[in-house]
Amino acid sequence: MQKRSIVPIVYILFLMLPIYWLVAMSFKTTNEILSGFSLFPQTFTLENYQVIFTDPTWYWGYINSILYVSVNTVISVAVALPAAYAFSRYRFLGDKQLFFWLLTNRMAPAAVFALPFFQLYSAVGLFDTHLAVALAHCLFNIPLAVWILEGFMGGVPKELDETAYVDGYSFPRFFVSIFLPAIKAGVGVAAFFCFMFSWVELLLAKTLTAVAAKPIAATMTKTASSAGYELGLLAAAGTLTIIPGAIVIYFVRNYIAKGFAMGRV
Amino acid sequence: MKTENQKAWFFVLPVLLLVAFNALIPMMTVVNYSVQETFGDNVFFWQGLDWFEQILRSDRFHAALGRQFLFTFLILIIEVPLGIAIALSMPRKGFWVPVCLVLMALPMLIPWNVVGAMWNIFTLPDIGLLGYFLNHTLGINYDMTQDPIAAWVTIITMDVWHWTSLVVLLSYAGLVSIPDAYYQAAKIDGASNWSVFRYIQLPKMKTVLTIAILLRFMDSFNIYTEPFVLTGGGPGNSTTLLSIDLVKIALGQFDLGPAAAMSLIYFAITLLVSWLFYTLMTKDDQN
Repeated sequence: MQKRSIVPIVYILFLMLPIYWLVAMSFKTTNEILSGFSLFPQTFTLENYQVIFTDPTWYWGYINSILYVSVNTVISVAVALPAAYAFSRYRFLGDKQLFFWLLTNRMAPAAVFALPFFQLYSAVGLFDTHLAVALAHCLFNIPLAVWILEGFMGGVPKELDETAYVDGYSFPRFFVSIFLPAIKAGVGVAAFFCFMFSWVELLLAKTLTAVAAKPIAATMTKTASSAGYELGLLAAAGTLTIIPGAIVIYFVRNYIAKGFAMGRV
Repeated sequence: MKTENQKAWFFVLPVLLLVAFNALIPMMTVVNYSVQETFGDNVFFWQGLDWFEQILRSDRFHAALGRQFLFTFLILIIEVPLGIAIALSMPRKGFWVPVCLVLMALPMLIPWNVVGAMWNIFTLPDIGLLGYFLNHTLGINYDMTQDPIAAWVTIITMDVWHWTSLVVLLSYAGLVSIPDAYYQAAKIDGASNWSVFRYIQLPKMKTVLTIAILLRFMDSFNIYTEPFVLTGGGPGNSTTLLSIDLVKIALGQFDLGPAAAMSLIYFAITLLVSWLFYTLMTKDDQN
């Protein structure tokens, strides 16, 4: 047992090293970074973080990202729930083809869609809004949410539905007060994956925004090119992008692995 | 089993509308561009299938496609066995399980451009932790802005760092679903570690591994942001993968026709290979 735990420990160390370097750099001044190699910050400073928390172009980047990610997660899960229920409980014309078509959208390279998305969302007047990014991310998040939820719903016996109808429940009441609690782990997992893929995606988010809804990731790339090479500032901004993800993982830690394991393939 | 009910269509309608809005309209735009030529001012000329022919014959496309397949092949043969090995050696219960899962999932939740930037500063020859260690402690001459091999090693290592955990999490989910009775029976029969793996653990992990391999294939084949931020496709064109090349043509040179034709060919290849993987990996189930 002891010998075996070497492997995960070494792996986790490997995962943590680049993250450590990013965090360490965020506490250094740009001068110290450029003047040479130091394993720990010599002149420990919070200046980089201070810039981010006081400059609106920086902190609005975070607010924008969190806004469109949340909207996307809510939309994706809300529309995926009834669809997943239909796929798991009923047979209907074209169900298999539809399911497969949904999954193919997960395979489309974002680079393929960047330019047409820009034109489409400009045409409908949504360019540079949070809603545009939230809707665009539905392209890959809805299929994923349907896939995960369908797996979890398949694990709930059909007798539950039938008993509820016999007891006189209407469909909406049954769905909200009996069925949803039965698959709440699935909803958590689906929401987690939607959050994750919307949070980490940059290409579409950057293409669909200019000023008002610009994501934090785009603010970082702009700074990298315009303000010279402010490594300390960039490292601090990068460190802060890890935090929302870490919080979300903590809440679903017991379910993440299960999420895909229950999906069908 | 499932009841036949055509009204179920109403349940899938919202999903259908939202995904169709995002998938069909842009796809039609791409198809539209792919058969036309434009010199700006919104004036278009019918071009037929010329762009497709031009892309399929161009050396530049063949080179990018070759690099893309090499990249995807390398990360799959590293990440899948490594992920299984790590999942096998993880504790099955107790305090350390959630700790391992949270720490391992962390790289997957970092925005992709931050991943690229992070690896960039990690590997800078004089001030990055890894770059300094390789150059000054081990004395290896390592600079990925000059040396294509170093650039390749770096993007592969970055992807292994970024995504091996997906394979670990999925394999682990398959492993914990194996009842203890299976292991006890194997022990009574005096089965070796290898046969426990081959005949009990591997079959149980098959479904989740199929998902893991499919997801890793699709995502690595479509990868753009991380290598773009890390190497910008260089040195030269040595790490210009398909998506990077596509964005260069579409947004850099604004050659909409060829870019659109290339998009469609690219998408078709992704679909075809995913379908092949899927069919091969689920073939035994049908028999």
